[in-house]
Amino acid sequence: MTDQVFKSIIEKYPDKDIRFLENSSPSGQHSLLVPPEIAVDVAYFLRDCLGFDYCSNVTGVDWINGVKKGIWKSDSNEEIDGGKSGFLEVVYHLYSVQKKVGPLILRVRTKTREDRPELPSLTPVWKSAEFQEREVFDLFGIWFGGHPDMRRLLMWEEFEGHPMRKDYIPPDDYEYEPTPHGQILERIKTKAGKTE
Amino acid sequence: MNVTLEGETVVALKPVFGYLHRNHEKLAEGMSYLGSMPYTDRLDYICPLTNNWAYALAVEKLAGIEVPERAEYLRVILAELTRIQNHAAFLGFVLGDMGAWGTALMYAFRERERILDFFEELTGARMMVNFMRFGGCRWDTPAGWLEEVRKFVKGVPNFLDEMEKLLVENEILLARLVGVAPLSGKRAIEGGLSGPPLRASGVDYDIRKVDAYGIYSRFRFRIPRGEYGDCYDRFMIRIHEARESVEILKQALDEIPEGPVLNPKIKQRGFRPPPGEVYARLEAPKGELGFHIISDGTDRPYRYRVRPPSLINLTLLEEMCIGAKIADVMVILGSIDIVLGEVDR
Amino acid sequence: MKSSYEQLEMELRPHGVFVTSLEEIYNWGRKNSLWPLQFGLACCAIEMIATAASRFDIARFGAEVFRPSPRQADLMIVAGTVTKKMAPQVVRLYNQMPEPKYVIAMGACAISGGPFKEGYNVLKGIDRYIPVDVSIPGCPPRPEALLEGLIKLQEKIARERLLCNEAARSTTSAQPSEYPVPNYGANDLDPPYNSSVFHPPPIHVGD
Repeated sequence: MTDQVFKSIIEKYPDKDIRFLENSSPSGQHSLLVPPEIAVDVAYFLRDCLGFDYCSNVTGVDWINGVKKGIWKSDSNEEIDGGKSGFLEVVYHLYSVQKKVGPLILRVRTKTREDRPELPSLTPVWKSAEFQEREVFDLFGIWFGGHPDMRRLLMWEEFEGHPMRKDYIPPDDYEYEPTPHGQILERIKTKAGKTE
Repeated sequence: MNVTLEGETVVALKPVFGYLHRNHEKLAEGMSYLGSMPYTDRLDYICPLTNNWAYALAVEKLAGIEVPERAEYLRVILAELTRIQNHAAFLGFVLGDMGAWGTALMYAFRERERILDFFEELTGARMMVNFMRFGGCRWDTPAGWLEEVRKFVKGVPNFLDEMEKLLVENEILLARLVGVAPLSGKRAIEGGLSGPPLRASGVDYDIRKVDAYGIYSRFRFRIPRGEYGDCYDRFMIRIHEARESVEILKQALDEIPEGPVLNPKIKQRGFRPPPGEVYARLEAPKGELGFHIISDGTDRPYRYRVRPPSLINLTLLEEMCIGAKIADVMVILGSIDIVLGEVDR
Repeated sequence: MKSSYEQLEMELRPHGVFVTSLEEIYNWGRKNSLWPLQFGLACCAIEMIATAASRFDIARFGAEVFRPSPRQADLMIVAGTVTKKMAPQVVRLYNQMPEPKYVIAMGACAISGGPFKEGYNVLKGIDRYIPVDVSIPGCPPRPEALLEGLIKLQEKIARERLLCNEAARSTTSAQPSEYPVPNYGANDLDPPYNSSVFHPPPIHVGD
């Protein structure tokens, strides 16, 4: 079922760079990578013409060094393993309540992972994305253009940084252990160096 | 929650989240697959067993693990018991929100304690059960446990009748619930509502039927639906759902086969699924609970995300509350049935 | 060696005469009617409600009057994970409670951050900002454990002195009854802990 949907979308936008990503795990949940400039169009097409009326899950992924090898079979040209040009990604899991099919996975990627790269918001299409896009902004720092209320969701307003990014450094307030070991010992050493 | 009022009428309402943001996702990305299992207990801490199951389901889908027959039945039994105790606690809490603090809660918690006793006997903990494993359950039931559950399940309809008699004809309760914050089915779908609030708006959508995960396709049960989507429908649907859970439990308890409860081929510690991505969901008592996992082939998930029903069910809270009286806000919030561990994670 | 007061008490008791001191009767009254603040943070709150509900019945220990206002409460049960976003509010609630006031840290999270202690938004123990009288370990502690903690607190109250050198915290002005509320910082709370309450243990770094 979802394969036909993928085909019809790719046929609808022949001149756009829409890619079909084949999942290599036994789950068999394939996804569609859509360029940001037509994401809203594709979303309306999916909702109004193909009946995907239920946006279940919105989440972000931080590909700090590019996509890891082996996750998608046909994603070979995306792999920039070990390179510096990582990017952020938003994943939408769509279902159809009328036709009872899904999930259809829609992915949109930013070009860079600098502070606050912008992607189009799909909240006007699916209201249920509202809080989840705010959460993605809070934790990953993707700015959603066109979102009605783009603020942090979980952390406080004065908070700096985006904690779910892979390179986020947590505040140095770890539990004081009587027998520190491993990672904690490392952190204590750097801390001792700082205060001296 | 920032509420703007005009007299006593709500004109704007902005929920403020994050007061229980415990960094579940960040922690899970730094630990082994099995290590996250106890943390899932603490997501929706009223019904830990369905959280366990949702996570196990996601990993099983990701790695293509088969689950033994007996474990599937045991999971269904535990999930439906969880549903009954969640809905019982809901009845107590929502009455508490309406000002009937005490009596209803005492009745509800009496029933809930009995179910917690079963959980404790089986798993060793009242709330934080940590019971599911990839490819089954941790261990088999103790001797006589199923027999006791069977006896208990027979008594649940009595409790529900008692609750219904106590509450449903109560004039004050009706005045507080009927016609308050109605929600159309179309809008509920747009807002991403799931679980009982969605079905209270008349939408026939239950993941137990739609996805038929586990072995739910083998059981006969009905999906209760509301008509108007008001607080009364959202309230009553819980009682009806608990009755259907009793039906499922009866069938499952009759049919449960002997056999192993854990797939012996799976190495639980240091578990490494193949690289790939999965989104798996199930019908938790509060709605659609989903886990989205991206594995890069190592022993830690690259991305781990929980789709919390409680948070997304709040999307339409503002719409539902606008025009209502300030005293109704608590009832509307209560009728959605949220749990903060899951809203903020 | 018994004090003269205890000797008098033992001597008179067989004759049906009970003597008491002001201190004792004052503490006796207070310890048996603790009014907890009705506020829960996370999983432990559910166990707190279970303790208050039909089976465990906290009313047997005189602490069933859960007050929704801090002005009317004298026991704060910190039930659950205190996040950094929540911590200022907890301290504020504590400041609003009238003396004498007590704090029970219920569960591993309230004591030290518990299983979530590595989280960037989790406060590693409420004792960083306010003094804690009783800590109840467990995740979550069973209702029996909460009752045990309550009994321990009652024992502590019964031992409190009104006057003299080691008088109770609430009767002297040596210790503050309000503690500074932390502010939200760029990454962490500011300050990360109140140095007058919390003393991190010295860390021994190996060679």
